[in-house]
Amino acid sequence: HLATSLPLPSERHHLRPRIDLIVFMIDIKSKYSLKNVQTSLAHVDASFFLGKVCFLVTGVGRVNACSIETNAICKLGEAYCSPVLYCELELEGIRLATAQRLLRMLQICAGHIPGVSALSFVSLMRNADDD
Amino acid sequence: DPQKTAFLLRKAWTLYSVTPLYRFRRGRLREYARLLSAFIAAEKQKGLAVEVGVELDIKVALSSLADLRGSEQDQAAVLVQLSSRSQASSRNSEDKLVWSGWFCSMFGDDLSENVPKDFTCLPLFLTHGAESYTSMVGTWFQKTFDCCFRRLAISPLNLSWMVAMWAGCKLDRAASAVELVFSVPRLSQPLDISYTIHPEDAKALWDTVQKTPGEISQEEVDVFMDCLYAHFHRHFKIYLSAAKLVKVSTAVASAHCDGVVKILHSQYMPGVLMLLTELAISQIQ
Repeated sequence: HLATSLPLPSERHHLRPRIDLIVFMIDIKSKYSLKNVQTSLAHVDASFFLGKVCFLVTGVGRVNACSIETNAICKLGEAYCSPVLYCELELEGIRLATAQRLLRMLQICAGHIPGVSALSFVSLMRNADDD
Repeated sequence: DPQKTAFLLRKAWTLYSVTPLYRFRRGRLREYARLLSAFIAAEKQKGLAVEVGVELDIKVALSSLADLRGSEQDQAAVLVQLSSRSQASSRNSEDKLVWSGWFCSMFGDDLSENVPKDFTCLPLFLTHGAESYTSMVGTWFQKTFDCCFRRLAISPLNLSWMVAMWAGCKLDRAASAVELVFSVPRLSQPLDISYTIHPEDAKALWDTVQKTPGEISQEEVDVFMDCLYAHFHRHFKIYLSAAKLVKVSTAVASAHCDGVVKILHSQYMPGVLMLLTELAISQIQ
């Protein structure tokens, strides 16, 4: 399901299936996309931040078109205890690899992989910080 | 000395980053000028001539701009000038300047500190004139000093630093307006939005944002830009933050994302060059 911002319209709430993973897309060429994500985050229930949220930063191939400081994005990932993935959608190989990673994450979040749950993402991230 | 560097003002300079020059000797500038002149003549013989029709004799001059440097570790700037003397009018033997370029380092200690002996660090190269001459001069320098030139593009992030810094500069005489030009992506017809702000308003805004005079942080630049975006949105319902900032213009200097700058005020030239040197060094490293 694709949405340009949150919250999702309440009219269709009863028809919506369970949400297993929220991917917030930030275009590094657009400051507006970061602001949009920041306001949308406020509408997400706290339980999602236990591994069911991730940030996808696109457009990283073009360093010279950068409108957002990467430090700001790192801080966002840290503040919300969620992983940050970087990709360049214009390159087919990277687009495919990123899609596969997201699919894998979704499988884990939906509980399809026995023995691994969404909480693993959170604990993996915390260990990296402590080091 | 503002008199000597006045010729650098109000010209559109195309920016390049240059890796350190190997075995560049300041005492041999006249010899280098002769060699470069011969190289250009040879290139023209090969049919890579610039002008069609009139045969032009290109004279090359290399000089040192002793005052154009920042710290003690900086190398003084080196100026290259190409002039033509048309053979047709031998009576009027005035040389016409057709191309100029200069190498510069303004507080480029980050680079010069970590470089072995025998290397001269002049990371910023600015050119004004036909691209074909730039290409010939660049090729000769690359072959002679084993260095590498790359166009220096300026990202929207860096352009917003520039407009915040320069809009906040104190000017003794009436300043020209602060202008930001945005390009709107993904439209069938390209659309440019020009946002012009009265210079006193821009300076007043920056003065309320900046906490410590002489120091600028990313947060302060973000707040400054967010105020400008919010003001524009309030009036026109357009999110400029979703567009690409391509050019900024102030009374101090103007800069375009393709890597073209114009320095307009001699007092702030060192500051502008310091920022550009920093960009050039980060592109090299």
